Amino acid sequence: MHPHPEHWITTDQNGLYCAVIDAYIDPLVPVHRAVVTHGHADHARPGHDEVFATQQTLDIMRIRYGEDFCKQAQALEYNQKIQLHQAEFSLVPAGHILGSSQAIIEYKGRKLVVSGDYKRHADPSCKPFEVVPCDVFITEATFGLPVFTHPPIKDEIQKLLNSLALFPDSCHLVGVYALGKCQRLIMGLRALGYNKAIYMHGALLKLCDYYVSQGIDLGPYIPVAEVEDMASLQGEIVLAPPSATNDRWSRKLPNVITAMASGWMQIRARSKQRRAELPLIISDHADWDSLITTIKQVNPAEVWVTHGREEALVHQAQAMGYKAKALSLVGYEEDESS
Amino acid sequence: MRAFATLVDKLYFTSGNLAKAALIKDYLKTTPDPDRGWAIAAIAGTLNFDFFKRKLIKDLISERVDPVLFDLSYDYVGEMSETVAHLWHSLPDDPKPLQQLPSLSEVVAKFAQGNKAQNRNYLIQLLNSMQATQRWALLKLGTRGLRIGVSARFLKKILAEYGQQHSQEVSIEKIERLWHGLAPPYTELLSWLEGKSAIPDVSEKVVFQPVMLSHPLDEKSLPDIVPQDYIAEWKFDGIRVQLVISEHGKAIFSRTGDDISHSFPDIMQNLDHQNISGVFDGELIVIQPKEQQNQITGVLAKETHHIGSFNQLQQRLNKKKPSNKLIQQYPAGLILYDCLSLHKKDLRQLVLTKRKQFLKSWFDNQPYDFIHFSEELEFASIEQLTSLREQATTLEQGYIEGLMLKAKDSQYVAGRPKGAWYKWKREPRLIDAVIMYAQRGHGKRSSFYSDYTFGCWQQDKLLPIGKAYSGFTDDELKQLDRWVRNNTIGRFGPVKEVNKALVFEVAFDSVHESNRHKSGLALRFPRIHRIRWDKPAEEADSLETLKSMLSQ
Ligand SMILES: [Zn+2]
Ligand SMILES: [Zn+2]
Repeated sequence: MHPHPEHWITTDQNGLYCAVIDAYIDPLVPVHRAVVTHGHADHARPGHDEVFATQQTLDIMRIRYGEDFCKQAQALEYNQKIQLHQAEFSLVPAGHILGSSQAIIEYKGRKLVVSGDYKRHADPSCKPFEVVPCDVFITEATFGLPVFTHPPIKDEIQKLLNSLALFPDSCHLVGVYALGKCQRLIMGLRALGYNKAIYMHGALLKLCDYYVSQGIDLGPYIPVAEVEDMASLQGEIVLAPPSATNDRWSRKLPNVITAMASGWMQIRARSKQRRAELPLIISDHADWDSLITTIKQVNPAEVWVTHGREEALVHQAQAMGYKAKALSLVGYEEDESS
Repeated sequence: MRAFATLVDKLYFTSGNLAKAALIKDYLKTTPDPDRGWAIAAIAGTLNFDFFKRKLIKDLISERVDPVLFDLSYDYVGEMSETVAHLWHSLPDDPKPLQQLPSLSEVVAKFAQGNKAQNRNYLIQLLNSMQATQRWALLKLGTRGLRIGVSARFLKKILAEYGQQHSQEVSIEKIERLWHGLAPPYTELLSWLEGKSAIPDVSEKVVFQPVMLSHPLDEKSLPDIVPQDYIAEWKFDGIRVQLVISEHGKAIFSRTGDDISHSFPDIMQNLDHQNISGVFDGELIVIQPKEQQNQITGVLAKETHHIGSFNQLQQRLNKKKPSNKLIQQYPAGLILYDCLSLHKKDLRQLVLTKRKQFLKSWFDNQPYDFIHFSEELEFASIEQLTSLREQATTLEQGYIEGLMLKAKDSQYVAGRPKGAWYKWKREPRLIDAVIMYAQRGHGKRSSFYSDYTFGCWQQDKLLPIGKAYSGFTDDELKQLDRWVRNNTIGRFGPVKEVNKALVFEVAFDSVHESNRHKSGLALRFPRIHRIRWDKPAEEADSLETLKSMLSQ
């Protein structure tokens, strides 16, 4: 096979296929062999024959989908190089969530990096993004517009604490994604000295327990289901999946102020759509500046852009002198993890 | 400026009315004059000048941001001020940033006094000294586009509540009546609200009075209409206006209180307070000589004339200084249907039938032939009422929009009191059109393709006839959005061109000639009536069919 990656990487309705390792990367449907970069549901789907991922990603898949989430799971350490089909293959940290990784494929002297989802802002709940120089860099572009600048997380957490101080009788309900955002927000609160118990929706518990089992300190947290007197939640922080913040579940909470932690909260219309009264701009993805910095640091010969807002990033990369194109992959939901 | 930006940002995200009111009252309490009065003006929409034009913002940002990236960002954010607020950054040769953010009143004063070049520099300085949220607030304020879910009416209610904490004589009714006689920064008003001075005197001003509005008639509740208790009138297709005239002056206001007198010298110059004095509620229309037979009679006093089309009226409304030629071509007139006061006598507490009697007896002796009276329509049963509406529906011309039903015993109350007035629009016209282009919506809909341009066939070509944003459910919106994404065949900036394959049944009130679209036609109030997933695009209507529905 010709060594240039464009001859061994294709996209089809199943997702991104890499011929030299004979595997799909984060496929959308069950396939014979999958590389899974991280545990978010739009990247990690059940039913594959063989799955290559970090141990933590495999654990998360098992928690979400059960023991038989695939026929054969192959755990890789970060930076552990293996020979897979015709190429050398490894995973390196992506800084997105616990266990998240970039996929590195080396074939006949050409190196390809698939970033998966990643971020460059500090996150104590996972290993930071590693820059791997390469020939082709396939980058995500969830926040691939110059309007997106994710502020330091402590500023956003401070907004939440300020609101708690201003409205001490209100239960502050924060919408967070169960995997990654939830734990990062908790750690952010702890870092600013918030030591009270944090209350949470049942859907968040298992993954928090898993993070704790991996040695991450989340402090005390209590399921809302175990609270006898709902009125006692006045002035407390309650975490719930975004879908639960405006449904029947949240109606039992006293005097609620609804916050939402997501990178989309920077855009007014999106905050309104989510009915967030207190939008917190907290994202596990790279913002515009991070995307550009990362491209500069990785400094590939070519940039290929996958899911998200490809157009602007392709344009920017070209303006920076890189050969760039969009791989129009559909099926990755922007809201799951952002 | 800092406090103001924080206030509007909080208001924007706060959903409950109680919480909004609390934020505003707290701001009023803690903010000095004249800042707080300017904030009231900004929120109520009573600032009477733009600090800068949108064009200037566009020029400034295009010096700073790659145009492709700007367009893509704007397309996503869906709103100019917010896009600029996020993308803004300083340039090396910008004027020096400010030491600290000025007060709101200083900002207002600077822009009011500055010339173009000074205002340009000042805007750059301000934007360079601000954070994104503050920039957004400034851009919204300066172009008078602040929409934060606080209506003028709601704001007055909050002002009344604020005043009642200090003084028992404050009421929302009093604030409403004063409102149009006062101007920003409302120091007199605030001083009265805080019990520090007497109620401001507006008796010698020509003041717009808030109007009484109707509810759309839900046809299910039609059987509840007792014919003896209601009067019916035509609902004319002009614009609702209020004529105020006394020895202190005269003005004609739009329904929202804008003074539009300048556009109608043919009416205003002729009126003399010796002949007409009071506050009148009516419809502004264009008057045309009658040519055709198939018209409702008895609407205008002179049987030789009829109401011109809304399109003709639109041409008058668009001109601040109409030429004599335009005035002769489209002379304006008034159809009066109610009267808030007459010869200094306030009639608002009287019942409708009494007010109409007073109006009629004055009308019968007044000298102006461009003033008409809205007669009551006879009906003794729901069947007769329905047939009146059918009469409006089948009319060729679009100048009767339907019926008004008004409770005989209704007093004249500002706002939309329950059970008093109803509008019953005639049946909409329908046409099958094909979706051609789609664009992202604004606000809550900015992540959906929710604005659709559609067209009708001319031979084998589709020509656009209009745009619609409404008429579908949230579920349908999601389906349409998906359809657009899967059927995109081209892109022009924010606009997606789609396969010519989906038919909308479009409802509209009337169709007019227009050079806005290539088809030469434009629809009034188009909305999507049904999505015809089942209908092949070739079977959509032709432009000819639509032309046959033209109003004159
Ligand atoms: Zn993703
Ligand atoms: Zn993810």
